[in-house]
Amino acid sequence: MPKMLDNILRNLFSKPATVRYPFEKPEHVPGTRGELSFDMSRCDQCQDCERLCPSGAIKVDVEGKRIEWDPYKCMYCHLCVRSCMHEAITPLDNVQPPGYRLEKKVFEA
Amino acid sequence: MNKQVEEVKTTVFPFGPQHPVLPEPIQLRFVVEEEEIVDVIPQLGYVHRGIEKAIELNDYRRNIYLCERICGICNYMHGMAYCESIEKLTDTMVPLRAKYLRTVWSELGRLQSHLLWLGLFSEGVGFESLFMQIWRIREIVLELNEATAGHRIHLSTNVIGGVNMDMDEGLVNRYYTDMDRLRKEMDTLAPVFYKDKAFQEKQVGKGVLPKKDAVHLGAVGPTIRGSGIPQDMRKNYYEAYGFLDFEPVTYDGDDVYSRTLVRFDEVYQSIDLIEAALKQMPEGPIVDKNDRFPDGVAIVRVEQPRGECFYYAVGNGTIHLERMRIRTPTLPNIPPLLHMLKGYEISDIPAIVHSIDPCMACAERITYVDKGGQ
Repeated sequence: MPKMLDNILRNLFSKPATVRYPFEKPEHVPGTRGELSFDMSRCDQCQDCERLCPSGAIKVDVEGKRIEWDPYKCMYCHLCVRSCMHEAITPLDNVQPPGYRLEKKVFEA
Repeated sequence: MNKQVEEVKTTVFPFGPQHPVLPEPIQLRFVVEEEEIVDVIPQLGYVHRGIEKAIELNDYRRNIYLCERICGICNYMHGMAYCESIEKLTDTMVPLRAKYLRTVWSELGRLQSHLLWLGLFSEGVGFESLFMQIWRIREIVLELNEATAGHRIHLSTNVIGGVNMDMDEGLVNRYYTDMDRLRKEMDTLAPVFYKDKAFQEKQVGKGVLPKKDAVHLGAVGPTIRGSGIPQDMRKNYYEAYGFLDFEPVTYDGDDVYSRTLVRFDEVYQSIDLIEAALKQMPEGPIVDKNDRFPDGVAIVRVEQPRGECFYYAVGNGTIHLERMRIRTPTLPNIPPLLHMLKGYEISDIPAIVHSIDPCMACAERITYVDKGGQ
């Protein structure tokens, strides 16, 4: 009984273990694998990222100098980030929020 | 009494593919005599995904991520087993530090899988507050995963020839403190598992799988260790397990309760192994790269949280593998499950089915289509 009382009192005054999601955003540690952003001034269209991408989420248009990235195909493995020789791909800390349409992100020079 | 009453009537009732107890779809048709189970007919094939064929069609370097998606819970060990098989085919020597890192992360995977199972099982036997407590503890491991590699479940740190992420001193210290926290939290729950009568009532003496049958039917993992046989693939000393001192956890009860205790004790064992591996971990390179294409035949066996996982790879010197065969631990555990269900009552089904930790989506490799006897 005293053990139970101890538990009850502790749980009454302790913080909740969960995050109240829509009102409170969960904190992400630095280094979370989030959205990608392509720096087209550094990119030389070598297509390494397109070749390596396991889910085929990146399309590089060499002549048009533009990159299409599909955030809904991407599995956020960041293989492209590590493989890019010019460090043109920088990962952001935020995680892609859910959307209504399957829109691709376009990066142009 | 007339004859009709004396005749025993059997009824067949379906359990699954969708059922609150089952995490994934499998149908078990129970032949019952009143409350007693006489026979069980399994039906698989609801989540066949053709992953072996996809591996054969894919570039072998991209397959690590595909293999990690075979099972979300044992993802790290699937990626590791695939990398090991390609390393055997290309004669790559993995650096020692990478071996230690792989050991640490696969034990971290085992921790989160066992904690997930302990929670789900407690919910399956009707102990919901225990389920919530265990999943709260599991957050420690998931946050550690996120701090290590950026994802809560999928570490994706394996590459062929080693690993692609290193641990600095701050992270190693965080591992030590979090493992201490985890051990203390588990200690608070230990009395429930070892002493609680209501919790034991649903497990002790249910789903008995004698030693002889466990071997004969080919059980693996905690299912066979719960029958008192110390079968553990980690004792084959892959990766850095050869440098670590441990003994497989076994219990002699042969029932659902001993399988629960095996998993509960393995949580402590994994914590100890992580701490020991971090202490011994040497400095050095973490990856060894080469340009050889896979050629030959390789067999890899790793111990996943559910048991032995078997990888068979055939390479022909090109960018594609010729054959890939993956046997996940749920498949060999299905015949023992059917055996241990017989003779028990309908109310025991959830506890017994849960006791093998069924993960159907990993296990399904073949779909049998019957076109009307053709």
